[in-house]
Amino acid sequence: MIEFKNIHKSYQVAGKAIPALHDTNLTVEQGEVFGVIGHSGAGKSTLLRLINLLERPSGGQLLVDGEDITRLDSAGLRVLRRKIGMIFQHFNLLSSKTVADNVALPMKLAGIYSKAEIKARVAELLERVGLSDQARKYPAQLSGGQKQRVGIARALACRPKILLCDEATSALDPQTTQSVLQLLGDINQELGLTIVMITHEMDAIRRVCDRVAVLDSGRIVEMGPVAEVFLHPQHPTSRRFVFESENQDEQELHEDFRHVPGHILRLTFHGEATYTPLLGTVARETGVDYSILAGRIDRIKDVPYGQLTIALIGGNYEEALKRFNAADVHVEVVR
Amino acid sequence: MNELFTNVDWADIWQATLDTFYMVGGSLVFTILLGLPLGVLLFLTGKRQLLEQAAFYNLLSFVVNVLRSVPFIILLIVMIPVTVLITGTSLGVAGAIPPLVVGATPFFARLVETALREVDRGIIEAAQSMGATTRQIVISALLPEALPGIIAGITVTAITLVSYAAMSGVIGGGGLGDLAIRYGYQRFQTDVMIVTVVLLLIIVQVLQMVGDKLVIHFSRR
Ligand SMILES: Nc1ncnc2c1ncn2[C@@H]1O[C@H](COP(=O)(O)OP(=O)(O)OP(=O)(O)O)[C@@H](O)[C@H]1O
Ligand SMILES: [Mg+2]
Repeated sequence: MIEFKNIHKSYQVAGKAIPALHDTNLTVEQGEVFGVIGHSGAGKSTLLRLINLLERPSGGQLLVDGEDITRLDSAGLRVLRRKIGMIFQHFNLLSSKTVADNVALPMKLAGIYSKAEIKARVAELLERVGLSDQARKYPAQLSGGQKQRVGIARALACRPKILLCDEATSALDPQTTQSVLQLLGDINQELGLTIVMITHEMDAIRRVCDRVAVLDSGRIVEMGPVAEVFLHPQHPTSRRFVFESENQDEQELHEDFRHVPGHILRLTFHGEATYTPLLGTVARETGVDYSILAGRIDRIKDVPYGQLTIALIGGNYEEALKRFNAADVHVEVVR
Repeated sequence: MNELFTNVDWADIWQATLDTFYMVGGSLVFTILLGLPLGVLLFLTGKRQLLEQAAFYNLLSFVVNVLRSVPFIILLIVMIPVTVLITGTSLGVAGAIPPLVVGATPFFARLVETALREVDRGIIEAAQSMGATTRQIVISALLPEALPGIIAGITVTAITLVSYAAMSGVIGGGGLGDLAIRYGYQRFQTDVMIVTVVLLLIIVQVLQMVGDKLVIHFSRR
């Protein structure tokens, strides 16, 4: 659906070319939710804004629906942009227009819809995002979450195939974030819409994304299915994001465990395995004692996972390790 | 009442007030018609804007600054031949309008430019992401968003025009300023002076009040 082929992007600052995105290759499949995570200044917005050519690439090929969009003329570009909706961190709604008029705007600009069509579509969209009763209000009269819902409705007005989200939930409180992410996930399911979302919060990625790319100083340093990257991050940057999202500090944890006797393992369960009574069974059968040092059980998109750091003392450690390795669980020997 | 204002001819005052309205209203219409596009052009060709054109912007900006730095009283006199060419006379209401427009347009254009710059860049970006053309961005997004600022600019411009129009009395422009100068100043009829100044004050007050009301109405906050 979206393909970056050796795309790079530099900004001209005071006559010098400052690279923001180095040679980047990635493919976003039709209908998937693709996340990009990175620290401030990593180049996330740059990457996203290339997709609808708000920024022009300095080199490389950018395919959308198999078409090299860098070759489009201005009319072609406008048609392309109608196929790509976009929502923003600060919503970017027109304060001078009502909610309904904001949602109607892309259709009016397109100039190919009748008044009746626009009216019906606006009503349908506001219904979908749960704002039917707010249609005549102005954005200043809405809460942040409501504004972003208007933003989403507006982005969907011309029935786009792709939705770009630039830090769509970063200005919202956790609960509102949750409901907006839920809405995005539902829309992805219902409409088969391809979504590219950038964020600096691993939590947002974990909740809705299918795949994720980790961006660091203009380079993709890790990319893969969310469960893969989230549960087994390889690159230091990815690790930092994962630990941050769990309010843990990898270094600190290892410090804390220095005084814990025995062997330390990290067990990662994913899917149904999360609910098996593995720990108790192995302990009973091999005579090891265990204590749980750290742990979390949650969901990645809709699949449950668990991650436990445990200490094993006494009994038959070798046998216990063998049992864990044989089971449907990923084992990492910390010490 | 008439004993206090022995020199005041109320019919004259009424006519002069009407003339002031015509001068301010007429020149305001032309100032907006010319200044709005000029302000939009200044904004669009400015640094980092949609139609960035450094050379063009600098030239336009320079011309605007030159016109703004000429004292209005000088402009009034310098403009006389041009005014005669346009309206056939340099006197009365018709004669006052061209210099008023030339004096106020650059001023108003700057106010429009500033109002447009106040609009959040994100609005332009959102419009671009919808596939809007530059013209659509200006008409459907920028101008509506800048409307409160533009209305405030129109208010300030209208008030400036009231005082410019009074000044044009010096070259026989008509209106309340003309009365104030011919009777109040040259013939020492203080009562005429007071009446005209009070009327000018009322006009300014009303303009400011209406302007503020409209700004609040269109701010939608
Ligand atoms: N228009 C621009 N002109 C010059 N430099 C820019 C421009 N836009 C971005 N940059 C630079 O490019 C780099 C990447 O910026 P980008 O906005 O893509 O980062 P980001 O990951 O979105 O950061 P944030 O999380 O803060 O939004 C930064 O170093 C930034 O300073
Ligand atoms: Mg950004």
